[in-house]
Amino acid sequence: MTIELREKPLTAKDFKGKVDPDWCPGCGDFALLRATQMSVAELGLSPHEIVCVSGIGCSSNFPGYFNSYGMHTLHGRALAVATGVKMANQTLTVLVTGGDGDGYGIGGNHFTHTARRNVDLTYLVMNNQIYGLTTGQVSPSSSLGMKTKSTPFGNIERPVNPITSAIMNGATYVGRGFSGNIKQLVRLIKGAIEHPGFAVIDVFSPCVTFNRDNTYDFFRQRVVPLEDEGHDPSDWKSACERAMEWDERIYTGLFYQDQAVQSLHALEPILDGGAPPVSHVSEAITQEQRDRIVRRMM
Amino acid sequence: MSQGFDFSIAIGGAAGQGIATPGNILARMFVRRGLHLNAYNAYQSIIRGGHILLTMRVRDQEALSHGDHINLLLCLNQDTMTRHLRHLGPGAYAVYNADNITPGEHQDGVHLCGMPVTELTGDAKNKLAQNTAALGVIAHVLGLDFEVLESALTLQFQRKGEAVVSSNVAVARAGYEYSSANFTPLANPLPQNPDPLAVWTGNEALAMGGAAAGVKFYCAYPMSPSTGVLHWMAKNARELGIMVRQVEDEIGVANMAVGAAHTGARTMCATSGGGFALMTEAIGSAAMMEIPVVFINVMRAGPSTGVPTKTEQGDLWQALGASQGDFERIVVAPQDAHDAFGTIAEVFNLVDRYQCPAIVLSDLLISEGTFSVPPDDIDMSPPIERGKLIRESNGDAGPYNRYVDTPDGVSPRAVPGVPGHVHVVATDEHDEEGILISDEFTNPIKRRQMVEKRARKLGDYFDRVAAPEVEGDEDAEVTLVGWGSTAGVIAEAMEQLRADGVKVNRLAVKWILPFHAEAVTEALSGARKTLIIENNHSGQFHRYLRSETGITADGHIRKYDGEPFMPHHIADGVKAHLAGDVSGGVFVPDQEILV
Repeated sequence: MTIELREKPLTAKDFKGKVDPDWCPGCGDFALLRATQMSVAELGLSPHEIVCVSGIGCSSNFPGYFNSYGMHTLHGRALAVATGVKMANQTLTVLVTGGDGDGYGIGGNHFTHTARRNVDLTYLVMNNQIYGLTTGQVSPSSSLGMKTKSTPFGNIERPVNPITSAIMNGATYVGRGFSGNIKQLVRLIKGAIEHPGFAVIDVFSPCVTFNRDNTYDFFRQRVVPLEDEGHDPSDWKSACERAMEWDERIYTGLFYQDQAVQSLHALEPILDGGAPPVSHVSEAITQEQRDRIVRRMM
Repeated sequence: MSQGFDFSIAIGGAAGQGIATPGNILARMFVRRGLHLNAYNAYQSIIRGGHILLTMRVRDQEALSHGDHINLLLCLNQDTMTRHLRHLGPGAYAVYNADNITPGEHQDGVHLCGMPVTELTGDAKNKLAQNTAALGVIAHVLGLDFEVLESALTLQFQRKGEAVVSSNVAVARAGYEYSSANFTPLANPLPQNPDPLAVWTGNEALAMGGAAAGVKFYCAYPMSPSTGVLHWMAKNARELGIMVRQVEDEIGVANMAVGAAHTGARTMCATSGGGFALMTEAIGSAAMMEIPVVFINVMRAGPSTGVPTKTEQGDLWQALGASQGDFERIVVAPQDAHDAFGTIAEVFNLVDRYQCPAIVLSDLLISEGTFSVPPDDIDMSPPIERGKLIRESNGDAGPYNRYVDTPDGVSPRAVPGVPGHVHVVATDEHDEEGILISDEFTNPIKRRQMVEKRARKLGDYFDRVAAPEVEGDEDAEVTLVGWGSTAGVIAEAMEQLRADGVKVNRLAVKWILPFHAEAVTEALSGARKTLIIENNHSGQFHRYLRSETGITADGHIRKYDGEPFMPHHIADGVKAHLAGDVSGGVFVPDQEILV
């Protein structure tokens, strides 16, 4: 009789990074960090199988607090970098973390095109509707009329709608979470990681220091989980209608999912038939390949 | 000047008139006979209209530039005739459709070869018939058997079916026979060398250099004159297993390249100056995260949108200063297509060794030029050295510090997916473990340690990269200094100067940064008169040379009108300098052939 040695399953604690978060006490980002650690543990992933890519901003410090491979890149560029990572090694689970300014402002162009391409990434946006790290300026998702250091007389620009933007640009898994509801976040994140395509979760993550309007209380009074409303995530019209509601009721949960669209790496011809990632194939080209190329030049 | 066959054919017309096809057919015919080719296409940023002049110089020995002369001008429209006929000297040919083009004033001894195209083809509607009939005339004038042209036409058109092949052959034959009856062929017909050559553009050479180096991820945004690299990569991606992506902008390109390179794939991207400007922040990120990526900037005339279809060496300082901060990078300017091919493999081994970004400065002249190359020189199995790369589990359970401070400054680089090596790479300054030191507790001791570690990485660079050497006459009265793509045209100018009794040598600089300051200072220490030749206005290389060595040149030859140097431009400049005829120290040649 042999004794089977089983490794202890990993828990959320195993995904704690080398340093503790330097976020302000009460910051909404703590909840998303915790929910992400719980999600990957529950999915049975190991730290070395995950790459967490971020841009710049308070929330973009996430990879340092999360035990996995990480890339803390440039402001707004996380999705572009993450696309390179995923396409060069499709066996990795790639998470992208950042804020609303990083993703919907300076990185807006990459957001559009990453959605359109349906790159198999899980994009977690900690949306606090303010620029926090630069001490409180208006963000692309700040509400109309909001007073900030850069809009002392009130914001005159309408905010981006991350949910309808993501759906219209072609993202195939679009959800919204709230730092006040970790259970729902875990459900959303696990679904996003398992979804084979571009998954966006916009997370209300209140900034307790610089945003006095969109507070925990503000959201607690308004959020309505879609799962309580009988919403069908394959119905994009209903998803968009519900995403447009804001003042009285703000929906959270999975707005939209399309499982029919293939992800970019699944469509990529050079990865046909379960080909190994280009990050790990031999660099050398064969004499036959060389000869064919040179023949065409003669 | 060396004797031998040296003949330039220029094909001129408007964009959309089908200049590329006869150009390709002639190029194939030449290289299959083992003749050397150097072709330069002067064009504008227009899809229909404008004026294009494709100059194809064919020699029985290496052609290092597109030369000084036009020996045969094929005019596809009146505009071409009007612009260029006056540049033809005695013995040159002007071939044209006599139905709608009239020659005008010309020098004595020019062969005017008008073709009655409608009569020859019996078809007044086919606007491309004149191109094919002209190929018949050119084949006859060059002293070729018709069968040579016939097989080239068959090769060119076989994809389009038998009917297209036979109608083209018939029109070409009519042109050939008309020429045989009416025009005088060359006294010395087109020679034949024993070994056929291959043909490529500089962009194809850059792309093939990447493929040979093992590039497995290539991404780009289309931008003239770099787009040919993307086209080659896309066409060959499946066969070679290269992931090729067209990205939304060059910011995305550069960052995607950084992400792909981080996984362990050799990664390259190409653009021109405007796109390169967008890439620069990511170049700094590659330096900070210590990820090897090769960025190609195919220079065109700037600033800003500039002249998109014209050449310039105007981005040297942009490359030297690309991205904020003080960091290590490699900058190299290949000298021709052949050199560009080999340089890419070499530079990949360097960036893998030093875990840093490299910038390759090509220009329109190299990248969009078409050149012959001996097929045996195309070695697509160069040595591939990945440096301290960890791609597979090595049983090492750690601790692993990505940026461990080593004697040579280079830290073992594990890629995502390897167990036991989990770490974060950051664009923020970080310590040996990869933990940020920029936010909570900035630490001057650690900051200094990491700056010095990164700086130390290129410590043995000069042992690995060849310093430039002075080539030419030992007791030269003048030393010509150039960088990048001017090496070939300077060599041909030197031939002309020697024929006129001038003793001359040259220093052609290719590896720009780190700079071989000691070797260059030593090389130029014996120079009697130093002239610097650059395709820009402000003397970017001259200022760089002075900053690195303290050397101030005795004079300059600069061209910044968008067109590349021709050999005589440089020879004239040298003679003017030697005669003390250059005011202000800068000789600027006139571009006589206006396109």
